[in-house]
Amino acid sequence: MSVNEAMSANSKPMVSIEHLYKHFGSETAVDDFNLDIAPGEFVTLLGPSGCGKTTTLRCVAGLERPEEGEIRIGDNTVVAPAKDIYLFPEHRNIGMVFQSYAVWPHMTVFDNVAYGLRVRRASSSEIKTRTTRALELVGLDHLADRFATKLSGGQRQRVALARAIVYEPEVILFDEPLSNLDAKLREQMRDEIVRLQKEVGITSIFVTHDQSEALVMSDRVVVMDKAVIQQIGDPQDIYANPVNSFVANFIGVTSLLQGKLLGREGETCQVEVGMGQGTEPLRLGAVGGEGAQTGNQVFVSLRPEDVVLHLSRPDVSGGTNLLEGNVIDTIYLGSFLEGRVQVGPHEIGIQIDHFENLASGQQVWLTFPPDHALCLAE
Amino acid sequence: MCAAETSGAYLEVQNLVKWFGNDRAVDNISFGIPKGSFLTLLGPSGCGKTTTLMSIAGLHSIDGGRIRVGDAIFTSPKEGLFMPPEKRDIGMVFQSYAIWPHMTVAQNVAYPLEIRNIERSEIDDRVAAVLKLVGLTDWANSLATNLSGGQQQRASLARAIVSNPRLLLFDEPLSNLDLKLRETMRVELKRIQSEVGITSIYVTHDQSEALVMSDEIIVMSKGKIEQRGGPVEIYSKPVNEYVSNFIGVANLMKGKVLDAADGKGRLEVEQGGQKITVPCMIGPGIGAGDDAVLSVRPENVHAVRENGAGVKLEGEVTHAIFLGSYVDCRVQWGDFEWKVIAHPRARLKAGEKVHLQFDPEHTLAVQP
Repeated sequence: MSVNEAMSANSKPMVSIEHLYKHFGSETAVDDFNLDIAPGEFVTLLGPSGCGKTTTLRCVAGLERPEEGEIRIGDNTVVAPAKDIYLFPEHRNIGMVFQSYAVWPHMTVFDNVAYGLRVRRASSSEIKTRTTRALELVGLDHLADRFATKLSGGQRQRVALARAIVYEPEVILFDEPLSNLDAKLREQMRDEIVRLQKEVGITSIFVTHDQSEALVMSDRVVVMDKAVIQQIGDPQDIYANPVNSFVANFIGVTSLLQGKLLGREGETCQVEVGMGQGTEPLRLGAVGGEGAQTGNQVFVSLRPEDVVLHLSRPDVSGGTNLLEGNVIDTIYLGSFLEGRVQVGPHEIGIQIDHFENLASGQQVWLTFPPDHALCLAE
Repeated sequence: MCAAETSGAYLEVQNLVKWFGNDRAVDNISFGIPKGSFLTLLGPSGCGKTTTLMSIAGLHSIDGGRIRVGDAIFTSPKEGLFMPPEKRDIGMVFQSYAIWPHMTVAQNVAYPLEIRNIERSEIDDRVAAVLKLVGLTDWANSLATNLSGGQQQRASLARAIVSNPRLLLFDEPLSNLDLKLRETMRVELKRIQSEVGITSIYVTHDQSEALVMSDEIIVMSKGKIEQRGGPVEIYSKPVNEYVSNFIGVANLMKGKVLDAADGKGRLEVEQGGQKITVPCMIGPGIGAGDDAVLSVRPENVHAVRENGAGVKLEGEVTHAIFLGSYVDCRVQWGDFEWKVIAHPRARLKAGEKVHLQFDPEHTLAVQP
């Protein structure tokens, strides 16, 4: 069942966070956070360090106590200061996976995973069945008797994962679990977590500052900055329709050209972009522009993969935008060529999917239709 | 010293052989490079790239061949010649930074000049100049231990170039740095190298480093050279399956060449009972009737909903992973899974049927 189907079937959200506030001294760490998460959904909290994502997760876990708001998990209210409700982490039905593996070195893989069940006084036959099943799910059943110290980083993270799912919690919380792994392993574990999450169907909240992790893994992404939610949406939507320059810049690569909104012609915003002193400003067409009034300062946001490069001046028609500039530099990466082009005072990133012999300083032309550029309110 | 060199190369490695026990680590390889150029030796661990580098540095003796730089012969066992490493006038940058913790950055960098008894004022000038070049001017008087990994590597680079050596050797200098820093540093290293113009040999197993930094790349495997060329040539015209697979990602499928003329032709491939004929470029060393391997990069496979003319190949999208600027797709065709890169605006979804199209210019038949 997809998230939308789950929601529209009137089923209750698995996690519900309402008007959450958390301060550290005079710092606001989380500022009115609201989010409902459907059963089985994978939601990522994404943002730079200090944006409030980890604090929010820790409030859900019960490791931090918010000053205001309410969090419900399944049928239970786990924290609600106004009602004087606060459940300790061990009384919330959650599993957690951290960046540090938090795996006990003096125990075998099996004992590490079984620990949570023993603490909960499960019967020994139940411990055996559930632990074996969890180890099978993460692909470590053949290493059950090995000591945790004899494992690689990736295997330890699998143990941590098995331990989090073994008592079948309603929600699993991930706090940057992949940041300690090297690039290859990170990708492998990322795919592994997604596979496992879909297989077990467990509701997941994942915290990361890595936008590619967020794009690949999530059903929905919550982008945060300065304690405030900036945007919530599915990965494609957030990438294609960022609501402001922060989101556009944080998710993926974009060039932001500052300008003034002159007016609208149908769907297209006309934006006047300065080209430096003594040069006529350019007029560019872009879609979007929600919340911006004529005369406002706006940004035109342009993704490198949406710019077409020309080595001679092309004929353009139908409102296609044309920029003239000089190559700053290029990097050949095999499957594509990345480059920067100076257009007046602006630096535009380009990405071409074939090799082009571009010299620094060489004159080039860039085109893009208005619907490949986005006008963003400042 | 032999003045009458036939080859115009600045560094020349001829028929280099090096054994470790019963292992032929370097198996009769030869190459030469012009002055000022940046050559990368690329390959998996055990391919002989580091052994080649160490042979040039003189950190071990060689069993056969000859290494010359400019008019200096570094080593030639047959002629009984071996120049000790300290006489070779080489700058080296290793994976471990090899920076002295008890010295300041400036003292670390000055060291190679001090052991040469150069005048104090000249040392100070040269140290200041290289620290500026590597962007460490503000750190000159800090203890080396207070530097981050990236900064320590800049300091080792400064130390390697301060005496303006005839050769600069790099042994996987970026592998200890995290991904973001590695990406910044490879562009920085290349910038600094082209500014000082010192002939450089760079050893790595990381193909993207090799593509970004090098004037030329030598791809090695099992002690031998598989291919040599510029980054674009190596990536877009790999000569065999090994190079196709090691540099970047490729769809590789066994087939038979139907006809070949002037570097172009047709390859027949069969997979899970389906047979197609693909117009393609024919790589060196293969002709009509030969077994060959089809090699197509994911970005050169175009998934379209309506098929036009050309190869008929219909499959089902099994994964479409959205990565922002591109979508990484898998398309199942018989028992073969095609790797396809699509533009995000194409909005491909798992489960839909697509036709795959190839541009013959970017479709290769290479040696198995």
